[in-house]
Parts: sequence; structure tokens; C-alpha cells
Amino acid sequence: MSSKYREEGARGALIAAVSTVVVFGAFIVLVLVSPNWPRVRDQFFNPEDFRAAAPAVLRGFWLNLRMFGWAVVAIPLVALVVAVMRSLRGPAFLPVRLLAIAYTDIFRGIPVILTILVLGFGVPALDLPGLTNSALFWGVTALTLSYSAYTAEIYRSGIDAVPESQRASARALGLTQLQALRYAILPQAIRNVIPALMNLVVALLKDVALVSVLGVREAVREADIYKARTFNYTGFLVATALFLAVSIPLTRFVDWYAARDRAIRSQTSV
Amino acid sequence: MKLVLDDVYKAFGSLQVLAGFDLTVAEHEVVCLIGPSGCGKSTVLRCIDLLDEIDSGRILLDDLDIAARGVNANDVRRRIGIVFQSFNLFPHLDVLDNVTLGPRRAHGVPRREAEDRARALLDRFGLADKADDYPNKLSGGQNQRAAIVRALMVEPEVLLLDEITSALDPELVGEVLAAIRDLAERGLTMVLATHEMGFARDVANQVCFLDGGRVLEAGPPEAVFGDPTEDRTKQFLTRVRTAGRL
Repeated sequence: MSSKYREEGARGALIAAVSTVVVFGAFIVLVLVSPNWPRVRDQFFNPEDFRAAAPAVLRGFWLNLRMFGWAVVAIPLVALVVAVMRSLRGPAFLPVRLLAIAYTDIFRGIPVILTILVLGFGVPALDLPGLTNSALFWGVTALTLSYSAYTAEIYRSGIDAVPESQRASARALGLTQLQALRYAILPQAIRNVIPALMNLVVALLKDVALVSVLGVREAVREADIYKARTFNYTGFLVATALFLAVSIPLTRFVDWYAARDRAIRSQTSV
Repeated sequence: MKLVLDDVYKAFGSLQVLAGFDLTVAEHEVVCLIGPSGCGKSTVLRCIDLLDEIDSGRILLDDLDIAARGVNANDVRRRIGIVFQSFNLFPHLDVLDNVTLGPRRAHGVPRREAEDRARALLDRFGLADKADDYPNKLSGGQNQRAAIVRALMVEPEVLLLDEITSALDPELVGEVLAAIRDLAERGLTMVLATHEMGFARDVANQVCFLDGGRVLEAGPPEAVFGDPTEDRTKQFLTRVRTAGRL
């Protein structure tokens, strides 16, 4: 790099630093001079309440992570079954395809929160023998059903992106449709869509909080309980901090992975 | 083994690709399908391997009509090998896994046995040191030879070769043709769609010129190339000669 460019780089960094300080500084000043700031500070940013609310919210957040963990294992499996069902060809598999299409249409068409409410309150109300009434279970199940519909569509886009010639040459070896999918198509398809899937993982981490509508005492619910008891909102700040502490590293990782994947592909593309 | 196509019709939408196509391939015979691009050479091969469904007619492998309803396509494909113009190796598998996938999964051959056979075949086609490489590390010629090995692994009764040198750099064509010549000398039944006229003249027992969705003229290479009777064949061969390809 010539010195001219280096100078421009240094100047660019200076401009970036100054503009960042000015913009964020102006924003902070605007908040601080607002007439209600002292009240907002006490209600949302109170250090004592932060400490007081932290244990319960942290305990709740641990539940968020566990629910996330269950869903993040179940979703790829359910979605894979749906995607494979939808990818099968031939007239004999029409009912299977229709079932998969109906599933994705329905669960992509319903807001996640509604699925959670319907399953979480509806199924226990049926009082069927052998079925659990656990709000936790039905909340995670609703999340899984909803997210599997999206994930299945991502898988399918990956399957469709594998050239038709790959399927032809797998079938030419005498492999059945399912074998061709399993050994030839899916490994390529899944690799194609991993960056897209990981973005969904970040979204799932946050949507786990929706299970709070069932009364499950996860982080947001615990913050809400603290608010109801003390009329102080600082508990939500605790929850916010916890979510960011996990989601920002996760997002950075997803971006890093996607960039690395692009770099590897551009090197090895044939 | 005997392969017969009897009055085969195949259309893609409004495009009639095969119209009353007849062909007989005897055991140990090497048949070359020639003709201009779009004359249906590749479609014939894809139909034989049941990758495209024919509209009417019969395809007899021995006495079994493999195009008939109720025939298990997987069983048929296990008796036939096909190699494509663009290799179509699986990019996520190394060469050894590429060539053993068929025998292991479609034929239930144990891994050890499949790998032993694979290494022997790879060695025969000059790929002994490439077994653990991924396709993107191989040249076009090596890719195509690996694809030939993949098709041979299941000991097909007939091998279909679909313009297998068309996607290769000119200096790599020779090594692939040498592999095919070797197979011809060993008596493997083969049907080739090819633009390599010189090669067709050398290895074919029967050359078929395709025009209008059927075999317009067929015979031993010296007859078709040396003394064609049909005007369309003469025109085609003149164009090929002008282009310096024969």
C-alpha cells in the first residue's frame, strides 16, 4: 500500500471516530437532558434493583437456554423429515408431499406466539390421558413445530440448489430415492444452507422468551414478576443484558462462519 | 446380454426428440451414436438408463422390457453403467467413496471388498494415488476416468458413455479415449454418444447416424464413414471433415 493510501486510511479512521463520538454523544445527551430522565433512570437503570432482580432473572435465563437447547436439537431433525418428504418424487409419494406442504404452509402462516398459546393452553385443556400438561413441554413443542416449518423450507432450497445431474448420477448407480438423498444430495444441500440455518438459530434464541406467555418462569417472566412486585423495570435490563451476552457472540460467530464458508467455496469451486 | 430399442418415442414438451427409434446392441459390441448436437444421442442413453421416461416403444434388456410399467428401475440401473459429459462425481466425497458408493449402498457389497475392487480399478485407470483426493483436486481427465471407474464398479452388463470427452481440454481427451479403448478390447458392451469421429471409426463395431429422432443410417464404421448412402449423413460427415474432426 502506498503512503498516500495509508494517509487516507488514517484520515478515514479519524473521521469514523469523530462521527461516532458526535452521533452517540448527541444521543446520550438528548436522553440525559430529557425532563423525565431521573425517573427513567430509577425505574430502568437502578443498580440496586439490578442486583436484587439478577438472581431470579438469571435462573429464568438458564431455563431459556435449556428450552433453546431442546428446540435446537429437535428442529433440524423434524425439519429434515419434512424436507425429505417434500423432495420425494413420483405419483406414489403425492400424499406424503401434500402432507409436508400442508405442514409448512400452516406453521409458517401462524404467528409463533399463537402456536405457543394454542398448544400451551389448548392441549392441556383437552385433558387427554397420557399427555403431559407441562407448559414448558408444549411451549418448546410449539417453537419446534413453528421453526421446523421455516427450517424445512431452507433445507428444501438447499436441496433444489444441488444440480439435477447429481441426482441423476446417484440414481444411475442404482441408489433408491432415499439413498440418493441421503448419500449424494443432502450432504451437499445442508452444507449450502448452514449459514442460513445459523441465522435462524439466533432468532430462535430470542423467540424462546415467547414461552413466557404460558406462565413459564423464564428470564422475561421473572423480570415481569419483579416489576409487578416492586414497580421497577430494571429486571428487564438484566434480561436484556443476558440475551445480548449470548446472542452477540453467536451472531459474530455466524457472520464469521458465513464469511469463511464463502472464502473456502470461492477457492475450491470447479 | 442383448439390448434392443424398438420404436421408441420421446418428446420434451413440443420437441419430439426420438421418433420411432430402433437400435440393436449385441453382447461385446461397441456402438457409436453420431449426429449433430440435439439429434437425440444423449436422450437415447438417458432413456436406456431410465433417467428419462419414454413416451412409447420398448427397451429390451435381454428379454425384459425395462421401460414397461412395474419394472423396478433401481434393479435395471444396477445392470447398466453410465458416464456423463460433465463427470458428475459427488464433490463432497473423495474418489474412493465416490466409486464405492454404488456397490456398497445399491448392491450391499461390504466396504472392504468394495474398496479392494475400487483400488484395483483405480490403479488400472492410472488413479491409484488419487483415491483419497476430492474431485475438485483432479484434472478433467482424471475426473472422467474416476467417473468411468465408478460406473464399472458394479460390473455393468452394458456401459453407456454420453459425450464423455466433450467437456475436456483437448490434451486430456487422449487419456480418456485410451481407457475406453481398453474396455472395448476387453469385450465390454458399450453404447457411446460421441463427437470423436476418428475414435468412433477405430473402436466401433457399429456406427449409427441419428437424424430426425431415429437412426437414419447404421453399419460398420468403414461403411458409414467411407461410403455413406444417405444425403444427410454425407452432409454431416462433410461438415465434420471441414472442421478437421475426421
